Amino acid sequence: MAGGKEIRTKIKSVKNTQKITRAMEMVATSKMRKAQERMRSARPYGEKIRNVAAHLAVALVDYAHPFLQKRDTVKRVGLITVTSDKGLCGGLNTNALRLALSMMKQWHQAGREVAVTAIGNKGFGFMSRNGAKVVSSITGLGDAPHLEQLVGPIKVMVDAYIAGEVDEVHLVYTKFINTMKQEPVVEQLLPLSGEAFGQPEHGYNWEYLYEPDPKTVIDELMTRYLEALVYQAVAENMASENAARMVAMKAATDNADKVIGNLQLLYNKTRQAAITKELSEICAGAAAV
Amino acid sequence: MAMTMHVDVVSAEELIYSGTAEFVSAPAEKGEIGILPRHAPLLSRIRPGALRIKPANSNDPDVVLYVSGGLLEVQPHVVTVLADTAIRGADIDEAKARDAKARAEEALKGKSGAMDFALAQAELLEAVAKLAVLEKLKKRGH
Repeated sequence: MAGGKEIRTKIKSVKNTQKITRAMEMVATSKMRKAQERMRSARPYGEKIRNVAAHLAVALVDYAHPFLQKRDTVKRVGLITVTSDKGLCGGLNTNALRLALSMMKQWHQAGREVAVTAIGNKGFGFMSRNGAKVVSSITGLGDAPHLEQLVGPIKVMVDAYIAGEVDEVHLVYTKFINTMKQEPVVEQLLPLSGEAFGQPEHGYNWEYLYEPDPKTVIDELMTRYLEALVYQAVAENMASENAARMVAMKAATDNADKVIGNLQLLYNKTRQAAITKELSEICAGAAAV
Repeated sequence: MAMTMHVDVVSAEELIYSGTAEFVSAPAEKGEIGILPRHAPLLSRIRPGALRIKPANSNDPDVVLYVSGGLLEVQPHVVTVLADTAIRGADIDEAKARDAKARAEEALKGKSGAMDFALAQAELLEAVAKLAVLEKLKKRGH
């Protein structure tokens, strides 16, 4: 049995760790609230842009944008993985990446090549370790992701799609359901399904005036729509990350409590044993004299 | 009561303005345009500049917002401004894409990209537009 002093040191060390995990839990809680707020405030843009796109679909039938055209044969697939930059958030990244990996395996079996755009450090590390073809990446988004940072990486993928280097683009991220539950999901980004736009609100069908010309405007609109979808995913992923971290750190704090309890018990027993031993030694010594 | 229309200004990151207005002026692709209710449907790119909204309630002061670009959709009674949060342009986007690519390649190997000139130019354009908005605001203050 370990001596009293060693046990005391160990208790102290566990207590210190517990302080850290508790602090991290509280930080994650407050960050999660902000991330949720950000996730919500990103929604109106997506809805508006979808409305405009729906109006357009009605107003302009003759120009079919490449983003809306389904390709007959899919040889190469693009995958955008959204993960966190930091760890210590439970199974969040592991689950998302496992899903990504299973998708990639399926594609490989179907003889399709996969190109990856990694958003977030964890996904980037994972993909490069696994020898996936990473075409673009962005890491270190911080607590407040900005669309500006995402434009470049997305464009690489979109350009590849337009150039015919990839025929489909999918997006993997962790959906925020509630504080206790987050779910990794795969969504198809390109080609956009027409139904995604739904019906325009009031069924306008007037011809638009375009400045400078229809093609430019529609191209820009589509690009922004895609970016908004990815941004939404990043914002959602961030809320998930902080929720997962909060739960993981709460569990760690509770576990530390348990460990401290056990160690304390052990310490008391050891102490008691030492006293008993000493007493019996004194008694034996007195008897001998 | 005067005719009004609904105005929404949204960016990918947040809802910037939402309300009813009787007049909106915006920096469209081919120059400043003024929009009154029942304007013909219009879809335009907007340039960096000031967006001025005259609220339906004439007691409220005009709202002047700075936009760094984006898209404008006009329906007879709805105006939607999809504002960009960042400076955009074909060459800047291109530079960013190159940057993202380079980042991936370099991180795989174990250095940093540049997108200087195009960005500097656009930043200058933005700064000028911002100043113009400030000027406008100042004038109205007195």
